[in-house]
Amino acid sequence: MNIVLIFLITIFSVSLFFYGKSKTKTISIKDNIKLNALPKFYGYYLVLWCSIPALVFLLIWSLFEPVIIKSIIIETAANQGAIFSDKNEANLIYEKIKAIHLGTYFGDIDSILKESALAYAKFINLFTNSKVVLIFGIIIASVIYSLKKIKNNNKARDDVEVILKGLLFVSSLIAILTTLGIIFSLLFESIKFFSVINIFDYLFGTNWSPQRAFVRDASSITAAEFEELKDAFGFIPLIAGTSFIAFIAMLVAVPIGLFSGIYMAEYASIKVRRISKPIIEILAGIPTVVYGFFAALTVGPFFRQVGENLGLTVSSESALAAGLIMGIMIIPYVSSLSDDVINSVPQSLRDGSYAVGATKSETIKQVVIPAALPGIIGSVLLAVSRAIGETMIVVMAAGLAANLTINPLESTTTITTQIVMILVGDQEFDSPKTQSAFALGLTLFIATLILNYIAQRAVKKYREKYD
Amino acid sequence: MTKEERLKKRHRAEKRFRFYGLTSIFVALLFVVILVQNIFSKGSSAFKKTVITTEVFFDQELLEIQNGASQEEIMEADFYDIMIENLIKAYPAKDRDEEDELLKLFSGDAEIEIKKAFLNDNNLIGKTITLDLTASDDIDQLHKGNYPRDLPEERRRISDFQLVIYDYFVENKKISKNFNNYFFNNGDSRDPELAGIGGALVGSFYSILICLLLAFPVAVLASIYLEEFAPKNKITDFIEININNLAAVPSIVYGLLALQILLATIQLPRSTPLVAGITLALMTLPRIIIPCRASLKAVPPSIREGALAVGASKFQSVFHHVVPLALPGTLSGTIIGLAQALGETAPLILIGMVAFVVDIPSSPIDPSSSLPVQVYLWSESAERGFVEKTSATIMMLLSFLIVMNFIAVYLRQKFEKRWN
Repeated sequence: MNIVLIFLITIFSVSLFFYGKSKTKTISIKDNIKLNALPKFYGYYLVLWCSIPALVFLLIWSLFEPVIIKSIIIETAANQGAIFSDKNEANLIYEKIKAIHLGTYFGDIDSILKESALAYAKFINLFTNSKVVLIFGIIIASVIYSLKKIKNNNKARDDVEVILKGLLFVSSLIAILTTLGIIFSLLFESIKFFSVINIFDYLFGTNWSPQRAFVRDASSITAAEFEELKDAFGFIPLIAGTSFIAFIAMLVAVPIGLFSGIYMAEYASIKVRRISKPIIEILAGIPTVVYGFFAALTVGPFFRQVGENLGLTVSSESALAAGLIMGIMIIPYVSSLSDDVINSVPQSLRDGSYAVGATKSETIKQVVIPAALPGIIGSVLLAVSRAIGETMIVVMAAGLAANLTINPLESTTTITTQIVMILVGDQEFDSPKTQSAFALGLTLFIATLILNYIAQRAVKKYREKYD
Repeated sequence: MTKEERLKKRHRAEKRFRFYGLTSIFVALLFVVILVQNIFSKGSSAFKKTVITTEVFFDQELLEIQNGASQEEIMEADFYDIMIENLIKAYPAKDRDEEDELLKLFSGDAEIEIKKAFLNDNNLIGKTITLDLTASDDIDQLHKGNYPRDLPEERRRISDFQLVIYDYFVENKKISKNFNNYFFNNGDSRDPELAGIGGALVGSFYSILICLLLAFPVAVLASIYLEEFAPKNKITDFIEININNLAAVPSIVYGLLALQILLATIQLPRSTPLVAGITLALMTLPRIIIPCRASLKAVPPSIREGALAVGASKFQSVFHHVVPLALPGTLSGTIIGLAQALGETAPLILIGMVAFVVDIPSSPIDPSSSLPVQVYLWSESAERGFVEKTSATIMMLLSFLIVMNFIAVYLRQKFEKRWN
């Protein structure tokens, strides 16, 4: 139905364009008026008025229709005597009603379901009809309005430009809407989570085992269950595991990335630079799932083999393997950013150092790097934020169980791994377990936000210093 | 220490420092080579499949259809007995157990393959034809040399007797390798020999298409606004800070956003390319806006001023002159953003694209998988055959990324004007 409507709106708009264009042309010739804009702008004017209000209305309607119909249907089913104790059962009944309506349901159909399905059909019909009527009403109203404007020989180009500018502004607002969406969706579930679990139990607990939170309905837990839950969502092991793996990654990425950045900025000939820079940047373009596969199937078992030969017990999901591969993934972030930063250190600083007889490496170590330090720190911080937000490598190559350890050969888990593990497959909404994933997401979001903010400030300050 | 010694030491330090830099670059490059080589050596064998050449006799007594049967009749007919009768003739087995082991050498789709042969030519009753039937995963891996045969029997998935049959097949040249059409045409399957990336390819295609349709126009319009029209005020600053931060938000957070808003609130269908496309679009948007703005910024002000000087409006100067000149940079930025979106996995896992989907999606609102998610799914499977399938999927994924990046670089180098 929506596609038909969109198609119709398009056809109307296109025909209105030609109508507006030719109409104003004939008016101007017949009545010998000077038009205030080129004829095509009158066409555009009509198109915008015909399509935008109708499309916006259609979008908003389509977003809310299913939600409203669902609440109405569940209510009517409840009025008819359907019994459901929580949201999940209500959803199930709603899905059944929908399936009966579509003719794809093959279970037993009792009278309640049958009645509800009929009601569903009725409401769907009602909503579709009113949608079509309203859209046509909107189109007619806006077209009449715009035709009247055209008749009065308005300054169509200016008007079109105002509308288009509004459109441009709205597009740029989508970024803000996304941010708001992220914050609200994370906060919404997190607040529910923290209403069950004390925030201090979460932040300072040392035990993470969400599988214990089998409670389905968070609003009615017993005291015993509460004690159980209290101890299941401790954040400390996750942040420890995350920072540990990120630390290993930085041990790999910072020296390699920094040295290659320095070499490329200071030593490499243009030819070497032109070839090696894009090849290193390939590392950033490889999807992380590929690294994860490589870490889990090649590097992990390889380390275990080596460990066995040396008489060490190495977990095949060791923090070392995940951290190493993550570090390699991050090399280009460090190298190209520090390359840029070093390149923007003014040549005069180097020349001054050479003039007092320093060698190139001494100049780099004692003049260039100190000068570029804020920028380099910024790039490292950006890399850290990549590392703690990285998901696939750790999901595939790091462990699932949360244990507090600083032995790189054992397995640890991370925030992102736990989010995936909790949310993969079927989720029950309203269980503290599911909500805990959003609390983790919120923590991750805030952590990366702070890191990025500091990093961007550092880089910006540094740039301003030498611009 | 004399002056000369000190100088020598300093020069040694200089050389060491240079060496560290060179080594780092070398290590990074080496890793690219190791990774690619590792994936290719594991994956290239997946493009071939092992087939067993078998004679199939279409016995009238075992089939309830006649020569010249219609499509529907053949589709409904049972070819199971025909399959069993013919497959056990492939090797002179002595008893029921041996026959069972023989049958296990063929894929689970042998019946369908025989049916397909009959569909192609419905006059086969009473005739004998030779067919290349797909071998089971174990034989496939053995034949490709990925599976060691010198293990003790109880640790092998293939029994000693099956090895004898295999050797018999090899000796009589009944076993060979064909192009693996299943890998490209089939959806996912529990059996590695039948599993393919057809569904994932289509799913990825739809997701990226939706991502492109949503993200590209919005990103271009937003960057035009911010670069050309936005007044210098608090709102503009706020939008800019927002975009920069969004570009650095971990992708999994977008998965949570999609889960809460798109699935739980708006109730779009789970596991579908539609939801995936919208999620990826939200994620790619800031990553496209940043290069778009850079390429708009690179157009010199003289172009704008020239247009304004001959009486164009601000809009005309931007849309007739600045945007066309910035287009190559814009497009290449978009393609690179899409390439990143194509490899993105974590948010798609959260919106349920990890579901086991056998059917190839016919529209963006059918449940489906995508290439990187398929890699994740298969890498979790225990069967040996999935290792080569996973690597081959990665090869496909990487080749798409390489092609996209080449197009982006080409666009930039060929069409972008340099102003200084």
